[in-house]
Amino acid sequence: MSFKVLQPGLLSLLQDLGRFGQHEIGLTSSGPLDSEAFAWANRILGNAANACAIEVSFGGLQLQAQTDSYICITGAELDVSINGVNKPLWCGHKVVAGDQVKLGYSSQGCRTYLAVAGGFNIDPSFGSCATVMREKIGGLNGLKLAANDQLPCATVLQHDQLSLAPQHQPIYAESAHLRLVLGYQHNLFDAATKARLQHSQYQVTDRSDRMGMRLQGPSIACPSQQMLSEGIALGAVQVPADGQPIVLLNDRQTIGGYPKLGSVIARDTARLAQLRPGNTITFEIIDLYQAHTINTLAQLKFDATPLLHTKD
Amino acid sequence: MSRVDSIEIASENSYIIYFGEPNSTVISAEVSAKIAATTAQIKHQLGHHLLDLVPSYASLLVIFNSTNCDHLWVKQQLRSALSRPLATQQEASKLVKLPVFYSTKYGPELSLLATNAKLSVEQTIDLHCATEYRVYAIGFAPGFAYLGEIDERLAAPRLATPRLKVPTGAVAIADRQTAVYPAPSPGGWNLIGLCPTPMFNPQQVPHMPVNVGDRVQFYPIDQAQYVTLGGQLHEF
Repeated sequence: MSFKVLQPGLLSLLQDLGRFGQHEIGLTSSGPLDSEAFAWANRILGNAANACAIEVSFGGLQLQAQTDSYICITGAELDVSINGVNKPLWCGHKVVAGDQVKLGYSSQGCRTYLAVAGGFNIDPSFGSCATVMREKIGGLNGLKLAANDQLPCATVLQHDQLSLAPQHQPIYAESAHLRLVLGYQHNLFDAATKARLQHSQYQVTDRSDRMGMRLQGPSIACPSQQMLSEGIALGAVQVPADGQPIVLLNDRQTIGGYPKLGSVIARDTARLAQLRPGNTITFEIIDLYQAHTINTLAQLKFDATPLLHTKD
Repeated sequence: MSRVDSIEIASENSYIIYFGEPNSTVISAEVSAKIAATTAQIKHQLGHHLLDLVPSYASLLVIFNSTNCDHLWVKQQLRSALSRPLATQQEASKLVKLPVFYSTKYGPELSLLATNAKLSVEQTIDLHCATEYRVYAIGFAPGFAYLGEIDERLAAPRLATPRLKVPTGAVAIADRQTAVYPAPSPGGWNLIGLCPTPMFNPQQVPHMPVNVGDRVQFYPIDQAQYVTLGGQLHEF
């Protein structure tokens, strides 16, 4: 009982919410770059929040169902078909053994999630099945998906078919507004630098991956570069000597020695990770109380948003 | 020297505690011991609210689950952990002896380091083995332990062009730190030999022979002993 990978696409990785409690031996947290789209895919299928799904970067994944089940695809918009029939995202779909599920390539946004009812049954390593290729840990032997991989899952014959109404679906634009809390060495950056960060536009460069997004724009250099290596949080805005910020993402190294201005909230790193090279970013500095309120309200909204009953 | 530790915001769900002088770049065993003790205390106090901890040279990053507790409560817990008289961790810190096959062939920078230190290769090896190092931090890659501090004479800057592939077990030096590469990876440290002891084993518990706060001492072995202990030889 499984799905078979026919075409893996450019970069398809098995992910759950991530690996926690392992930084002390140097393992990164990993997990879905767009945690919001990932959460919707599992909720639409009635899965546990931590159920293992596939993060598909830029599209191109093709699977064949070897059993009957239900799937849901969320995140960056791309063409989805089951046996050649187009299907919408943000919606549960029934598949039967032999069905071919085909994802096209995304034109806007770049991370799409494919979840299956009950989640893929992958043996966790260090408490998680999140794949980190650099560490060779998680997923199937620490690797990205390859043709002929078998992804085990349960047989599900009957299941509610639910969908998320269009007005609740995220919009993946060509720009993102990132809210960050000041922290770490922010006292070493002067007020003019912080103002410049908030009143400038930055561009995503092509030197961006699951470890971090390298941005290009007005310099926010830190006068001091001498520091001891220290722990790096998700979303940390690291500023090397050239003054070009790097926003660190899920697969970041656990420690590093560059000055940091603070950290972008996770809700916004999710949007950042959907951007492509050349897309633009603006920053806004918020405090911890605002961050707490933003997160609490967003969680309440997520939990309270009703799903619609649909039919294929 | 002031001993005021500070708690700074790191992100929406993490604080970083800086120990000793703010923005100091001085490494001390005393500060490291305090970090190890505080790490244990915070694990105990935060329990399941804790997501992760990253102890390093002079700081401790504390990542908490902000969906079931708030930052005010966590900060209060951190303050209380810092104000508590901490049990000394000296007993808990173990001494780990690691064998090294020092070689100018398999440690391509060994001769250069000896020349810079105005020492023979043998004296350089003796110097690297003479010090009991402390594990100050683990990171960069799974199982990569930063050990310090090496004798000033052995200190060397990172290579101008990092190697694309440093082999498993490579014993390396950068500035006044030394380390054993747990797995093949790109790296810019100076290589002086090979250690056959696995530094990271996902299939075995514990996964690493050392923890932050432990002490490490190296001792020399020859090529035959290195191979007997399971070491692999890689050409450069």
